[in-house]
Amino acid sequence: MRETLPEDALDATDRAILNTLQEGFPLVPEPYAAAAEPLGLSGEDLIARLTRLRQIGATTRFGPFFDAAAMGGAFCLCAMAVPPQDFDFVAATVNAFPEVAHNYQRDHELNMWFVLATGKPEGIAETCERIESETGLKVWQFPKLEEFFIGFRVQA
Amino acid sequence: MSVLDQTDRRVIAATQGGLPLTERPYARIAQTLDLTEDEVIARLADMQERGIIRRIAIAPNHYALGMTANGMSVWDVTDARATELGRQIGALDFVTHCYLRPRAPVWRYNLFAMLHGRSRDEVEEKRQIIREMLGDDCAAHDILFSTRILKKTGLRLRDG
Repeated sequence: MRETLPEDALDATDRAILNTLQEGFPLVPEPYAAAAEPLGLSGEDLIARLTRLRQIGATTRFGPFFDAAAMGGAFCLCAMAVPPQDFDFVAATVNAFPEVAHNYQRDHELNMWFVLATGKPEGIAETCERIESETGLKVWQFPKLEEFFIGFRVQA
Repeated sequence: MSVLDQTDRRVIAATQGGLPLTERPYARIAQTLDLTEDEVIARLADMQERGIIRRIAIAPNHYALGMTANGMSVWDVTDARATELGRQIGALDFVTHCYLRPRAPVWRYNLFAMLHGRSRDEVEEKRQIIREMLGDDCAAHDILFSTRILKKTGLRLRDG
């Protein structure tokens, strides 16, 4: 969804929920009740608010975040310099690959940036070769060498 | 994928779309998998311990919350100090991802930091803060604003 919520869509409790649950969620039989307590809510209240936050589009996901690399798979950030007149065609070609998880147009000579996610490390090079042969364009690979932080720390 | 057995993979498949919004979500998942609640919790805890699950948490929709500008800031920093500098930049509360990546013939930048804000001006201000922190260790920098989301799918576990 590409709509910004109105200022009054969230109250202070909603914001506290978003800020707190970005940090983590307990692995106990009744996790909503446990997470609700420090927020001064009941488990039921928390579930109701989370349901609403999801319905209005304030959240994109709630649950475990998996590390594809730790699972034996691989991620790679890739970029291409696409001639503007071919952009939409190339975007459709690239997006058709199920390995492409995200794809963004950006202001730069390298104007298409996408993330590949594959089950096996060798899948990255194979997918890049197929994209190159279908588009006739070079795919530059920028794999992660070191990660300093990954997370969402948005102040809601 | 030897790090995961069949049961791990079933637990992942059952939770990668999100946790049920119900009093006992792990029991609900257990039911669908013919496991016990304790088994599901133990599997998730073990995968979290092993780093396969980074965390169980909520992902706010940046855009809906007004963070409509996002820029990929990129920095050409002294290689010998890149790790130390990356740690400093990654610790800033307005940086959501920070990575060291290889340079390429068409690309001189080695440090990437994603910046989010309510406007491009706000993102530019954040970029200036990083510029000042890097000082003489930064030879060049740029920022690539996204102009269009072409594709965005949740990450799915795949065999391919």
